[in-house]
Amino acid sequence: MPERSTYKTTTARRAPRDEGFVQDEQVILEGVDISGQWNKMYEPREIVDYDLTHLEELTAIPGAESMGWCYQCAQCIPACPVDTAGGDYGPRKIFRRLQTGMDLFDHQDMWLCTSCQNCVRVCPKEVDMVEIMPAARAQAVLDGRNVPGELLEMFQNVAEYGNPMGESARRRTRWTRKAGVDIRLLPKNPGPVDVLWFVGDYYAFHNRGVDAAQAMARVFSRLGVDFGILGVDERTDGDSQRLAGEPGLFEEVAEHNLEQFGKYEFGKIVVSGPHAYNAIKNEYPRVSHGKTGGDTYPVEHYTQFLAQQVDALAPLLSGSFARKVTFHDPCYLGRHNGEYDAPRRLLEAVPGIEFVEMYRCKAQGYCCGGGGGGMWLDGFAAEHQMERLSENRVKEAVEVGAEVLAVCCPYEVSRFEDAVKSTDNDGKLEVLDIIEILDACMEPIGEGVA
Amino acid sequence: MKIVVLMKRVPDLVEDLEVDGSGKALATEHLKLTVNEFDDHALEEGLLLKETSGGELTVVALDAADVDKMLFTALAKGADRVLKITGAANVEGNTGLAAVFEEVLSAQEHDLILTGVQAADDRDGQLGPIVAALLDVPCVEVVTQVEVGEPGEGMVTVHKEYSGGVVAELEISLPAVLGIQAARQSPRYAPVSKVRQIQQSATIETLAGAGESSGAAAGGGSGFSVVEMTAPETGAGAQMLAGVDELMAVLEAKGVV
Amino acid sequence: MANDVLVVAEHLKGELGEITFELLGIGKTLAAALGGQCVVALIGGNDGMVTALGAAERVVRVDGEGLSDFDPDSHGDALLAVYEAVDPRVVLVGYTSMGMDLASNLATRAGVPHAASCIALVEAGENIHATAQLYGGKLNVTSDLGGGRCVASVLAGSGAVEAGKAEGAPATESVAAPAGRGRVRFKRLIEPEAGDVDITAKEVLVAIGRGIGSKDDIEVAEELAEELDGAVAGSRPLIDSGWLPKTRQVGKSGLKVSPKLYLALGVSGAPEHIEGMKSSATIVAVNTDKQAPIFNYAHYGLVEDLFDVCEELTEAIQEKKG
Repeated sequence: MPERSTYKTTTARRAPRDEGFVQDEQVILEGVDISGQWNKMYEPREIVDYDLTHLEELTAIPGAESMGWCYQCAQCIPACPVDTAGGDYGPRKIFRRLQTGMDLFDHQDMWLCTSCQNCVRVCPKEVDMVEIMPAARAQAVLDGRNVPGELLEMFQNVAEYGNPMGESARRRTRWTRKAGVDIRLLPKNPGPVDVLWFVGDYYAFHNRGVDAAQAMARVFSRLGVDFGILGVDERTDGDSQRLAGEPGLFEEVAEHNLEQFGKYEFGKIVVSGPHAYNAIKNEYPRVSHGKTGGDTYPVEHYTQFLAQQVDALAPLLSGSFARKVTFHDPCYLGRHNGEYDAPRRLLEAVPGIEFVEMYRCKAQGYCCGGGGGGMWLDGFAAEHQMERLSENRVKEAVEVGAEVLAVCCPYEVSRFEDAVKSTDNDGKLEVLDIIEILDACMEPIGEGVA
Repeated sequence: MKIVVLMKRVPDLVEDLEVDGSGKALATEHLKLTVNEFDDHALEEGLLLKETSGGELTVVALDAADVDKMLFTALAKGADRVLKITGAANVEGNTGLAAVFEEVLSAQEHDLILTGVQAADDRDGQLGPIVAALLDVPCVEVVTQVEVGEPGEGMVTVHKEYSGGVVAELEISLPAVLGIQAARQSPRYAPVSKVRQIQQSATIETLAGAGESSGAAAGGGSGFSVVEMTAPETGAGAQMLAGVDELMAVLEAKGVV
Repeated sequence: MANDVLVVAEHLKGELGEITFELLGIGKTLAAALGGQCVVALIGGNDGMVTALGAAERVVRVDGEGLSDFDPDSHGDALLAVYEAVDPRVVLVGYTSMGMDLASNLATRAGVPHAASCIALVEAGENIHATAQLYGGKLNVTSDLGGGRCVASVLAGSGAVEAGKAEGAPATESVAAPAGRGRVRFKRLIEPEAGDVDITAKEVLVAIGRGIGSKDDIEVAEELAEELDGAVAGSRPLIDSGWLPKTRQVGKSGLKVSPKLYLALGVSGAPEHIEGMKSSATIVAVNTDKQAPIFNYAHYGLVEDLFDVCEELTEAIQEKKG
């Protein structure tokens, strides 16, 4: 915890204005006499004492200390996607509100951060919202203090069913039936594979995610990838639950998934989603499970895995995709994990494509609003923002003239498709997972499979 | 006040329920049990009463799949004690279960017994009124609000819901059983971190239920057998209609116009 | 033991409930099959109710202090007294708020089997078979209630109200009210507060989704809902945009509903929405997109413009009503 003095300002005696200039003050600075008349520019500022109870309550939480380091430079505000979407938000504003009496535990500000990390990128004081918010939220969840119902329902679903939708675990493999290619279910058919594909909830359960999952299976199959999936034994990666304030739930699902990983022999894990990538790469190694400590597994996002094989992939892309395409960088693949090139390399390999960047891209990419639990806070966020982040983003895609918004995060297809409709861009912009574009450009396989 | 909440685990309706080869029972291979959602409301109402009026809250449940997790969760939410009845796995229906609960309750101090108004598997009636009849105490079903009277009065005032939102206010002398329809607020969430912590420190008290013999002695068992269990007819996907005329015919057949 | 069927009448605010007539219709058919009479137990009723129970062969009344308003304890005692006096083969109780208090109580005290949540009762040889809707409507379970006495609580909507409705002057007799035990005391009835409609309590919901173009178009849906004696509900986007109040939201972050009819207009059927309405008894989906996932969950589908459907259907219903 920082010393109190790092953020507490002290009261200085102020020269009353009606006394005019301060006369004949004797000041020696580094041996130089700078005495003289002080004009108002140098008049002592009016500073008051703040009641720091709420700020100190927050910064006392392990992980949330850096909230106190803010010196109000406000570089974070234009970087904050929530503020941009009319949410009156950002670390500087939160600090100021805490200083002037806001109890974060009673305030919507607790739940609006999407943990996109764009503020951390510009913050000179290293105020780290990605650490602060999950820690503060965990306390709120533990104490049952004003946690939005939508979020609690999602936690409950994960606790009960292992996925945020509350779907039966047995339906996790339903999508495989119509993929058109054989998919090895490791629990039924163990044995070594090169790739353990961690499919993820949205690919397994969401109707648009299923399209992408099936496309992925077909692309893997055409490339001859030796892969298997955990099927009904897979659970949500837990990253969003951790960021939304349920570390215990994160640990529970992580322990479960680690236990499954431990059962099979495989070369690497390939994930569909940036959150799963972040969790398995950066968070799972810290989770102890069973008698061992955390396990580190080689993990790649699917765009990374495929980009490495782009030479083998390119000849398979026999079709043409003659459309103007832009790409949305997922926060947890890009800013959080530094991968900007792999998705672009895949798109560049697509014949006929006209690629256009959005204004806010790569390290400065704009958040879709789904991170940090935002995926399950749409109703809550709508009450406190002028628009959804996904809507803001979709407008940008349209503005740069894109016909297709390509994504590579399973949360995003549904988010952006919703936003396309609500911003009246139906028919103007199509949202597709990169894997769907690749699949569409390859020779059809699995024809005739119902 | 001593509050006892009776909870049971029921087949999870999120899952596809399958009938076994006999055609008379659920297939158990993939059967997943979950807490009866109304029991969860009963627990919530009990916790709210405890918080406002004081007292001790005990949760009682029969041993079943994942029952420990349910009981630890109840502790994490604020229950004082949890009791697991073992050795009574063969009791049949709510009649058999009620007989076991009656035996347990006879040996436990209790003023107010709360349970869910109903459950998805109530083939032989609801648990609350059967337990009440066995204990010879009053019971009110479909309760949406409970207020505890002044200390020493030994009574509660409840709201019992009728259709159309009409509510009856009833005063009940304790001890009594209440079948809770909905707690005043939705059941609280027990953070997994807290449940895991409690799992390390707290204990579940176990009681040996007398099992089959006691159920039979108390007139237990539903006393009637299942002839068949079938899924109601439902089509896969929608039956497509050609126009508003056909839609109108459907609405007429369904008795909505 | 007689072969009679005892129907437990239900009344609130001086009016017999429709369930009573449904039970009477079912009871008469069953009694005829068993070769017995259909007898009604009327506890704390009035003379007007007896006239309305003309479909019954006999009405057994219990009257006494504190019986005119329902309380589970004294009505339970009174019902047991009637049961002992009539000694029926089958007792039919509504699977309703009042019936839930009475059926299990009677069965336990009388020591006879009780099949709950029934939708059908038939005589099968010497025995009574009851079919119940259990597991949230996912399974129908038929039970053999044996050749002796039994209690069945019956779900509303299992029989036709008309079948039990007839004015007349059935034979009446009285059973003395048991001494009150005073353990439960009726205080008052509270009418629902006038607020926004409770969509979870509506039998018909007209649900609108993003397919609806502007706020003004909601009126078309509201008109239809009015004709159907239902209410308008919506998917999240409509609530987010302020077109409908939060109290009308169906789905993951809204309310879970299971009406008799869920008419989904321009609702695509996102899983978030499906979660809140999938247990509806009948789901009808109207959407211009024939690929819309809502059609996988609906029982009936219509690929048409929702405004046309709304208008035509409203007209058709008005026409039918005359």
